[in-house]
Parts: sequence; C-alpha cells; structure tokens
Amino acid sequence: MSVETWLSSRQGAAALAAQPLAEKRRAVDPRVLLGLLLPVLLALVWEAAVRLGLVEGRLVPPPSRILAALRALAETGELWTHAWATLWRVLAGFALGAGAGIALGALSGAVETVRRLLDPTLQALRAIPSIAWVPLFILWLGIFEASKVALIAVGVFFPVYLGVAGAILSVDRKLVEVGRVFRLSRAALARRILLPAVLPSTLIALRSGLGLGFMFVVAAEFMGASEGLGYLLVDGQQMGKPDQILAAIIAFALLGKAADSVLVAATRPLVRWQDTSRGAL
Amino acid sequence: MLTLEHLSKTYADGTRALADVNLAVRPGETVALIGGSGCGKTTLLRLVAGLDRASQGAIRLDGDAIGEPHPAIGIVFQEPRLLPWLNVADNVGFGLDAVPAAERRARVAHALDKVGLADHATRWPRDLSGGQQQRVAIARAFVTNPRVLLLDEPFSALDAFTRASLHEHLLALWEETRPTVLLVTHDVGEAVALADRAVVMQPRPGRIFDELPLSLARPRDKTALPFEAATRRVLVALDESLKPETGARREREQAAAALWW
Repeated sequence: MSVETWLSSRQGAAALAAQPLAEKRRAVDPRVLLGLLLPVLLALVWEAAVRLGLVEGRLVPPPSRILAALRALAETGELWTHAWATLWRVLAGFALGAGAGIALGALSGAVETVRRLLDPTLQALRAIPSIAWVPLFILWLGIFEASKVALIAVGVFFPVYLGVAGAILSVDRKLVEVGRVFRLSRAALARRILLPAVLPSTLIALRSGLGLGFMFVVAAEFMGASEGLGYLLVDGQQMGKPDQILAAIIAFALLGKAADSVLVAATRPLVRWQDTSRGAL
Repeated sequence: MLTLEHLSKTYADGTRALADVNLAVRPGETVALIGGSGCGKTTLLRLVAGLDRASQGAIRLDGDAIGEPHPAIGIVFQEPRLLPWLNVADNVGFGLDAVPAAERRARVAHALDKVGLADHATRWPRDLSGGQQQRVAIARAFVTNPRVLLLDEPFSALDAFTRASLHEHLLALWEETRPTVLLVTHDVGEAVALADRAVVMQPRPGRIFDELPLSLARPRDKTALPFEAATRRVLVALDESLKPETGARREREQAAAALWW
C-alpha cells in the first residue's frame, strides 16, 4: 500500500467514525445506553449463575472476583508498579518511534529525492511483522529494557511515518500558491503553510502510533519481563489465575484510553480551527 | 504601466494556451479579460501573478520584468483560498508579516471595515458564507496596497445578489488606492459594470480578438441605456470571437483599413 492510498483510507475511516460520535456529543442520546445493556446484562447473569452455583466460574471468574483481584493488586501496590513499568516502556518507545517517524516522514514527504531513496526500503521493512524482530532485538540489545523499547518504537514508527509523509504530499497546492503569491521563503512556507496544514493528519497518525505502542508493549513483555502489565498476564496464565489476567486486561484498557485522552486533550488547542467534528472523537 | 509583450505560453503537452498576446494597461485602469473557456484568460493571469513562466515574451510592471510573484501584484483567486487555521483578521494580515504589529492591526481593521466584516475579525473561515470568505480574500489582496490587482473570476461561484454587493465592496476598496485591475470573467455584465476596457479573447490558441473601450460614467447604472448598449457590443464581439472563420475576415478588414491609408 502506497503512502497516498493509505492516507486516503485513513481519512475515510476517520470521517466515518467522526459522524456518529459527533451526534452523540451534541445530545446524550438515550439510544447510546442501549449499547451498554448487553455487557452489563451478561456480567449480571454470569455473576448470578456463579453465586447460585449453576457454574463453577474458576476459568471464567465472575465480575466481583475480577474487581476483587484488581483491588488486591492495587492495595499491595503491585498494580501501580506494573502499570508504571508498562507506561514507561510505551512512552519511551513512542517518543523514539514518533520522533523518527515525524522526521523521516517530513523529509520523505517534502523532498522528492529523499522519498525515492527512502520510501521503497521503508515500505519493504513495513511488510515485516514487527514481532519478527524480537529474536534479533534480543540478540542485539539484550533481554532487558532496550529490546522492549526498540520493538515498541518500530511499531509506532510506521504509522507515524506514513501519516506525516502522506499528509505533506496531500497539502493543497492552492494554499501553497497563496504562500508563493506573498513571496514566503522556503522556511516561512514550511512554518506558515505546510506545518499547520499537516498538523491534523499528524495527530491522527500519532494516535494510531500510540495505540500500536500499547499493542507491542504486550508482545514485548511476553518475551520475558519481571514487571509490567504483560508480566501480570503471563504470571496469571502460569499460576492459573484467570482473575488476575482479566484484571490486567482491564488495567491495559484503562491505561490505553487514558494515554489516548491525554494526547487528544493536549493537542486539541492546535487543531480547534478544523472544520470537522474531531472534538468528539 | 503594466505591459505584456508577445506573450506566449505552451504547456508541456503541446497545448498552446497563449499565442503572441500584446496588452498595455495604464495605471489605475480596469481591464476585463473576457472570452469562452480555454481562451487562456486564467493562464494569462497566472503569468502576470508570477505563478507560471511564459514560454516567450515578457511582462513588465513599470520596467520590472515579472517572472515570479512581485510584491506590487496581488491576486484574488476563483476560490477564497483562506488559510483555515487563521482567523479572519490573521488571514487578511497574512501578507503583512514585515509590517509593525500596530500598523498591521490598523490596516487589517480598515480593510475588514471596507468589506463589511469588521464584526467577524475573530471568527474562523469555516464559520463564514462563501460570499463572506471571498470578501476576506479581497481584503487580503488589497491590504498590501498592490499597484496591480489580478482577479481570476472571483465572483463566479456566487449568486447574483452576493455578486452585486461584492462589486460594490470591490469598487469601494479600489477608490482608495486606485490600483490597476486585471479582471478575468465570463460574465459580460460584470465586465461592463467594473471595467474601463473589455479585452475579448479567442481560444485555440488563446489570443486577443478585440478590445472595446467601456467609457461609461461612474457609478454605473445597470438599467441605463448606455450600459445596455455597451453590454450588447461586448456580447456581439464575444459571439464573433467564437466563430471559427472570423480570424481570417478580421485580417481582410485590417488589410482593407491599411489600404485606406
């Protein structure tokens, strides 16, 4: 998939997603509550079934046991240690991957020669499932933090690179001409027209990069870690504690959502001019 | 004085967009370029704006050769082309980066006042109607006090009422500094309402077919007889320009005129 087609498919997806969400924000639609009905009902039924002794609930623990496991982990402080370890890895990998993605994406989008030189190689590398790098990274970087952060950085890099390069390639020629008419220098053109024009798609790319970062941190922690939410998952499996696994999954969901919300809230002032309903995303 | 000398533009695919165009525009004069589609009106404007390079010939503004955007030449495009991340006032002041902040604010406020958008200075372009956006674009072009203002069918996407009110705003701004105006349009009424001279162009290759002076008194009354007569003259010339054989006939007429001497 080329940069351009990837970009257009992303924008299409974003537009599709934005529409119903925007409506939801305008007035809290009671129909939205309908979506909560099924999971809540399932949880209650399962809880009741276990309490009434209809099922054993050892491998699929009822909600109360999962919450109890979560509370126990929080009270001993283990949860925070593991969550912090995971968050640190994601943020370090995200910073490296996103930084490289923005830099190379900007170069590749803005300079044709660089694009012809760089893009085919990066596209080829992108075709490799990132997990396949794990053995090499362990050999090169050891089994500790460096190899984990490297894997996450690789996962974050590609969507950011593609997003930024595609955004620069699709900047409206008509707006660039406005800059030319006012005789902006190359630097001023980049600062006053290109940068603001690519900001929205860059932020979308960063968000998908962050999401992938959380995906790869699990893989990284599976390959051997003594702390982190991924370690809780592996430990829960080996010790036969499904409630701990589910508690860790819930912690992952909350952490990922929180990180995404912080990213959106921090960048919203930069794109409040947009004629879209991004605010609702 | 804006002069176009033997101006030709051939695109890479061999299309001859302009062939040997000669035109002299006096300071303060408003010239309407009018003609059917594909006659090179917009190409000509882009060459004067310095956005494209001529294949042959030269454009001069008071002696300066124009090959790239010139500080004394402003342009209003067919679309508003506002920068969506700047509010209305910052869009108008986009070309005033080198001007001190206080003076920039004053000039922007004045230009916005002239186009009737003083109350909208802090709004985003997305919150404006199409006509309002085009008024911002006109203010953005005027605020740098250009000696030459190029208008590339700036009113073509608007309804008749909005167009008439934009003509008023344009004339009000023009009165202040009286720049030379080159207006591309396909609306004969618009040409007669605004221009001192109509230049009728002919396609394939784009060239000048005829020039008609429009020496009507200002302000122009669109319902008065002279206005209608001028409109009819331009329409007749436009009709002629679209007939394939007229080129040859005009040459014969010119030959006859030469014999008369």
